[in-house]
Amino acid sequence: MTEPLLSLTSLTKAYPGVVANSDVSLSIAAGEVHALLGENGAGKSTLVKMIYGLVKPDSGQMRMNGQNYAPAEPRAARAAGVGMVFQHFSLFDAMSVAENIALGMENAPKLSALSAQISAVSETYGLPLSPDRIVGDLSAGERQRVEIIRCLLQEPKLLIMDEPTSVLTPQEVDILFKTLRKLSAEGTAILYISHKLEEIRTLCDSATILRLGKVVGHCTPRETTASEMAEMMVGKLLQAPTRAGQTAGDVVLGLTGLSAPAPNAFGMSLKEISLELRAGEVLGIGGVAGNGQDELLAALSGERPVAQGMISYKGEDIGPLGPTARRQRGLLSAPEERMGHAAAPDMTLTENAMLTGAAREGLEKRGFLDWPAATRFAERIIERFDVRTPGPTAAARSLSGGNLQKFVIGREVLQKPDVFVVNQPTWGVDASAAAAIRQALLDLAQNGAALVVISQDLDELMEISDRFAALNEGRLSVPRPAQGITVEEIGLMMGGAHGMEVAHV
Amino acid sequence: MIALVKRPEPSRVFSLAAPVLAVLATMVFGGLLFAILGKDPLLAIKTIFWEPVFGEFAFFYRPQLLIKGAPLVLIAIGLSLGFKAGIWNIGAEGQYIMGALFGAGVGLAFYPAESALIFPLMVLAGALGGWLWAMIPAILKVRFGTNEILVSLMLVYVAEQFLASMSLGLMRSPEGMGFPGSRNLQQYASAHNADLITGSGMHWGVVAAFIAVIFAYVLMARHRLGFAIRVTGDAPRAAAFSGVNPARLVLFCLGTSGLLAGLAGMFEVSGPAGQVTIDFNVGYGFTAIIVAFLGRLHPVGILLAGGLMALTYIGGDIAQSKLGLPAAAIQVFQGMLLFFLLAFDLFTNYRLRFGRAEVV
Amino acid sequence: MDLSAINPILFVAGFFVAATPLIFAAIGELVVERTGVLNLGVEGMMIIGAICGFAVAVETGSPLLGFGAAAIGGAVLSLLFAFLTQVMLANQVASGLALTLFGLGFSALLGQSYVGVKPPRMADMNFGPLAEIPVIGPVFLSHDIIVYLGLALVACVWAVLKFTRAGLVLRAVGENHDAAHALGFKVKRIRTLAIMFGGACAGVGGAYISLIRVPQWTEGMTAGVGWIALALVVFASWKPFRLLLGAYLFGGLVQLQLNLQGAGVAIPVEYLAMSPYVITIVVLVFLSRSKSAAPGSLGRIFHASS
Repeated sequence: MTEPLLSLTSLTKAYPGVVANSDVSLSIAAGEVHALLGENGAGKSTLVKMIYGLVKPDSGQMRMNGQNYAPAEPRAARAAGVGMVFQHFSLFDAMSVAENIALGMENAPKLSALSAQISAVSETYGLPLSPDRIVGDLSAGERQRVEIIRCLLQEPKLLIMDEPTSVLTPQEVDILFKTLRKLSAEGTAILYISHKLEEIRTLCDSATILRLGKVVGHCTPRETTASEMAEMMVGKLLQAPTRAGQTAGDVVLGLTGLSAPAPNAFGMSLKEISLELRAGEVLGIGGVAGNGQDELLAALSGERPVAQGMISYKGEDIGPLGPTARRQRGLLSAPEERMGHAAAPDMTLTENAMLTGAAREGLEKRGFLDWPAATRFAERIIERFDVRTPGPTAAARSLSGGNLQKFVIGREVLQKPDVFVVNQPTWGVDASAAAAIRQALLDLAQNGAALVVISQDLDELMEISDRFAALNEGRLSVPRPAQGITVEEIGLMMGGAHGMEVAHV
Repeated sequence: MIALVKRPEPSRVFSLAAPVLAVLATMVFGGLLFAILGKDPLLAIKTIFWEPVFGEFAFFYRPQLLIKGAPLVLIAIGLSLGFKAGIWNIGAEGQYIMGALFGAGVGLAFYPAESALIFPLMVLAGALGGWLWAMIPAILKVRFGTNEILVSLMLVYVAEQFLASMSLGLMRSPEGMGFPGSRNLQQYASAHNADLITGSGMHWGVVAAFIAVIFAYVLMARHRLGFAIRVTGDAPRAAAFSGVNPARLVLFCLGTSGLLAGLAGMFEVSGPAGQVTIDFNVGYGFTAIIVAFLGRLHPVGILLAGGLMALTYIGGDIAQSKLGLPAAAIQVFQGMLLFFLLAFDLFTNYRLRFGRAEVV
Repeated sequence: MDLSAINPILFVAGFFVAATPLIFAAIGELVVERTGVLNLGVEGMMIIGAICGFAVAVETGSPLLGFGAAAIGGAVLSLLFAFLTQVMLANQVASGLALTLFGLGFSALLGQSYVGVKPPRMADMNFGPLAEIPVIGPVFLSHDIIVYLGLALVACVWAVLKFTRAGLVLRAVGENHDAAHALGFKVKRIRTLAIMFGGACAGVGGAYISLIRVPQWTEGMTAGVGWIALALVVFASWKPFRLLLGAYLFGGLVQLQLNLQGAGVAIPVEYLAMSPYVITIVVLVFLSRSKSAAPGSLGRIFHASS
């Protein structure tokens, strides 16, 4: 090995109020699979954005193939042989696969020629994808394939993958890893960003660990235990949530043949979902994003009421009721998207406390709002859930993701729900906040509430669920006791490898 | 290199400063425009902003302020509710016409009977007319998802034709010697919206405007419905999640703004205007859009903005007669005001950062 | 009433004249909206185009120069909108309204000395012997060059959107501006150019009204054509050829209404005159279901935050 493919020396990037990267150095050799490991907010995204030309470093140096490398824009990065697969896909829903790929290429050939190339690459790397399909109709895994193929067509020397497995079933993860190993064997370097330790131990040759914008260590994942890496990543050992023995109570929530049409062209319809939920029980619902999670939450919260007879709550038919009526009865929820769905970004925390607390917390009398009471409620949430903010007059958008999530979850938990439905409770939240949120959920169940936790984080679901089910194409699998369930079984419940019939192994 | 950085929280200072800055910038650029037109800019600005309130004939112009300001405030208050929620009624001009036609129609139907009940009935009819006209875009939006901007605007043209038809036909005064236009309601005691104190300009429309301001203030600050409007404007999905019914909100916002615009039209036709004529509407429904934005969609702000806009109307008239400033120049002046306001509004949510560009 | 007063050939030929202002204004707005920007200032840009075109045509004696000036006038005014929405990140609905209010006022100011003036006449295209063909000649080949330019423009926009990379990028920006930005496309620059194109088209459309269709200058003479053009874009589901179809349907209706007025139909003039607006509403109702055809980022403010 002579010179590394890419070397970073002392990269620093500061934003107002926060240093995203401080003195970061690392190097990647051709064909190496290099993991970039760190918590949310550790500076992984900023670092790869600098490599991809989306952000300019304040200081420091990048060298590529022994030459100075300072991409002014993604175009320059791509020209230098860097490809990137984003965590949130930069795709255009209403356009075809081929058009999407053409947009990401500098000298795109005619669409017909490009379609042929797409088919060829997808064949070679075991990533089936039809060039004519409209991207909005694809599953999350297929959408990722669009991004990957778009990169591969440029024959990159370095491929950056940002949290690629968060949208895949375990079976799909296996297939992706095969593709990546094949690429690596052909000499393509891969920078693999993740916080999933086992994955990194399976796939990666070397790892760089970031914490709070700084490099805190390098290691060889295959020779390092997951807990050692976790400790480097988090900086302290975290306490796993504790859970006392549970006794299942009466059935509080029953779904019978819950069906609902897709809310928009690219949404998912719910199909014949049935389940029973008992007091004190936590039902974990897994599944790849876009398989009906948002729609299920909307149906349960009352945001999109459903037909009569589909949802019974303590023996009452609540299908057609709206959110306020359901809240009054004790059925509360928290959607996935914090900013703009669970909370109104430009409004104060007091106003956001009013948003869902009005009915149950007595903040409203005959249509008139009691703002002092809402402020007190907001202060209680802030205090009990350790929300870091100047106070209840702060706008929701001024809070960090984790703090806002604590506020949103706290707002519902403090209203003492009998049934609580939550989607992605710890998505994009740092580890300590995530642990606090999980503990709050378990405490809620401990006190007799029934919980539906929808999440794409299987580790999280295994940690807190009593029973597990998975959403796939808007259908819910039969729930099974979470204890003793294997990863393969979970994967099959999630639909195995979506649209991968060719690659079935 | 200058970069825009989003503020963590909206700036309250700039939210208040933007309208003031906009007025100042409009004065500067408006003055420039007047200079280009060959008028003395300082004199023109002084004529527009000073003469009506403090000039030699202020005793004559001050009541005019109330007369011009009332319909603007009344309409703008209604519009602001919808605008705050992202529901765009820009057909207030049409609702204003329909309110006037309904109100005048009731009055004319009773002519020449005299009764204390006639005027209240006309008020109700005026409100109903405006409300009905606004319910057309509202129901179409709720039922079919039709764009309320286009529908409400198309209905302005329909209402204008309707107005023409009425003043030429059904409502034409039998004693008008064939000229278009209805009987003059000012000469029909039971239907006349007279000054409450003679010569003060204080007619029922002014009272209604003040009531509307108070009503809107309480609604927005203290009531669930006002909160629903604000949440919907900030985050529609959060509003739906919290239990706001978007369809009902559309009906309420469009309905209320139509009702208030209808009232404004009715008070105008039975008072200052006096009769239904082809050119009865003078664009209050459109100017009120500027008033609503200039007042930051806040009831008190709208009251102030309405006063200011009335001032430019009256001052513009004075400047027209004294300096020969074209009437259209005032329209341009008002349009500029909205431009500057929208531009300065940027600084409520963003601040400038001087230094290296950081985003490519 | 006397329907025989309506000459069918002139009647159908009139479609083209009635539709041309709409075609220009709407195809410009279509391009703007395909980049994700909703410019409600079409009416304002049209009326500015109407007066700029009129004034320059009168001063120079050349209608073609007038149309050129109209395009420039419309584009310059649209830059105000571009500045507000792309630089100052202002709300697009409010900015569009501001543009229309300002344009109506400003055009009245510019046009003061042109009221009652007759503009120079635009010559019709000379198709030689082809124009002698019965029916086809007078219906299709008896118009001025602007009518044909409008048709060519629609075809051009269609081809560019469908077949070229520029069109692909333009659609991508309108579909998802964040993704387009992430791919390195200059969202604001592309949108500003599109807004200017829309302004120029609206200007030409406005000038067609003041120079050919009416032809004279009166305040507020566009009388809502700009708003109808906006409705037409929705009607067309953002597709150029459907837009053409819509414009002719609409031109036909306007023409019919004018002819009925001329023929002295028993319906009062006012009700005939409101018919285009009522029909627009009816059409909007029927077409509102196909919302999914709208560009994904339409009307949303873009600010690159990362």
